[in-house]
Amino acid sequence: MTLENVNPPLTTNFRLASAGRTGVTMAPRLRALIGPLLSRYGLVLSFLVLWQVSSSQGWVNPAVFPSLDVILAALWDGIASGALLDDIAISLQRSGIAFASAVAIGIPLGLFMGQVKAIEQALDPLLQFFRQTSALALYPVFILLLGLGETSKVFVIFWATLFPTLLSTIGGVKEVDTKLIEMARTYGAGRLTTFRRVVLPASVPAIFVGLRLSATTALLLLIAAEMIGANKGIGFQVMNAQYNFQIPLMFAAILLLALLGLAANAVLVLLQRRLCRWSQPSP
Amino acid sequence: MSFAPEIRRGEVTIRHLSKSFTLNGRPLPVLKDVNLHIRSGESLAIVGASGSGKTTLLRVMAGLDEADAGEVLIDGKAVRGVGAERAVIFQEPRLLPWLTVIDNVAFGLETRGVSREEAKTRARRYVQLVGLQQFENAYPRQLSGGMAQRVGIARALVVQPEILLLDEPLGALDAMTKISMQQELARIWRDEDVTTVLVTHDLEEAIYLADRILILPREKGGEPRLIEIDMPRPRDRSAREFVRHREELLNLFGLH
Repeated sequence: MTLENVNPPLTTNFRLASAGRTGVTMAPRLRALIGPLLSRYGLVLSFLVLWQVSSSQGWVNPAVFPSLDVILAALWDGIASGALLDDIAISLQRSGIAFASAVAIGIPLGLFMGQVKAIEQALDPLLQFFRQTSALALYPVFILLLGLGETSKVFVIFWATLFPTLLSTIGGVKEVDTKLIEMARTYGAGRLTTFRRVVLPASVPAIFVGLRLSATTALLLLIAAEMIGANKGIGFQVMNAQYNFQIPLMFAAILLLALLGLAANAVLVLLQRRLCRWSQPSP
Repeated sequence: MSFAPEIRRGEVTIRHLSKSFTLNGRPLPVLKDVNLHIRSGESLAIVGASGSGKTTLLRVMAGLDEADAGEVLIDGKAVRGVGAERAVIFQEPRLLPWLTVIDNVAFGLETRGVSREEAKTRARRYVQLVGLQQFENAYPRQLSGGMAQRVGIARALVVQPEILLLDEPLGALDAMTKISMQQELARIWRDEDVTTVLVTHDLEEAIYLADRILILPREKGGEPRLIEIDMPRPRDRSAREFVRHREELLNLFGLH
């Protein structure tokens, strides 16, 4: 950051210097730019290089581990032909509806439960019990109740996605500094004002922890749900490609899932930065 | 045309106030039949060993705790809970970390229904009063302990209370910051028309700031004592009278 700010006037001053000189002043800038990138993504990069080399050199069986260019080509084919687009759309729809409902129910319910001790205490054992019961184990029950269609798929994702957001929100509300609440009281803040101006903003960081966990869970459950009794979706494609021995397509679908997860997380991190500017170190 | 007597506000009368807490199932008396009159515009300091109930007394005055018996009257009216004529400054600044300095100062106005614009304009004056105009848009985590407490003081003053209740407000600050903050408080109190009640464990702070000092006894049967500090302001910490008052207080605590 500092280097970038300091260097431009320097390079302008040395505009008349020889090309070699400019190269010398450029090098540290480049290094300052690449350095952090390398320390952050260096391992990922080496992993990808190792994958590519070991596959193309035949160190591993390329039929099982196709090289990266083959996987990317399969991904491109799938997207360009529109075959994978359908899968992406249906998968996004399933996890999107489930996630949105979990958030729409989990945050308000969590805010309420965190504030009313009696309700929280009454519901907590039940919540802990449900949370410890794997959503996948309950999937057959949901299928029994809701049929093998979209509803049971969305519901099982919703079920698993609800708990991280709900429990984090409850935790966030319960951990609000009572001294701040007392302070607000001395300034005449009623229950509603205290909630709006103290409890809610104080809970936002905890809520975001829950949202990020929920987003991850939504994608995780999406795949599981699509592996059972689906004929569309990215999770279905992973299984289907493996059955048909279209290994590059299988990896392409897996890659797509990873990218979806990263994208969802990035959006939430960005949103969190905007909403919680106060808790971050100054830029 | 009649000359109505000037109405002096911010008078506190405490009558037969008692309060006890429950400790291990047994009542632990903290305040026993406290009687006190605080004059309008006066600054009263309350000192006492820990456990003497000085913070409890302040919290009852603030309306944050309820007394078991007796009452607190403000301008003749019995206190029920918190009220707009009182503001509290706590030992911790208790700033809202998601609000900037100016928004923190405006908080108490906004909760009382002052419009955002108006609240901000008034808050700005008090941010200036405590010397933080350059930090108006800073967040609490960017402030030092002394600066944060100044914001807390500005937030309390901007609502223009008749009575300012301070619970060891400088207790967490380092010695140097503390002295400069004491000077600042003395300056602010000279200019603002407000009754102040200061709970402190710092005897020198009490002598420096207060018109009278209430000394709460440690043993519950003991009588509270009141000492008048009749010294010109700003006070000189090395003046003979100052030193004499300090010795008097130390003697009362058996520390001399």
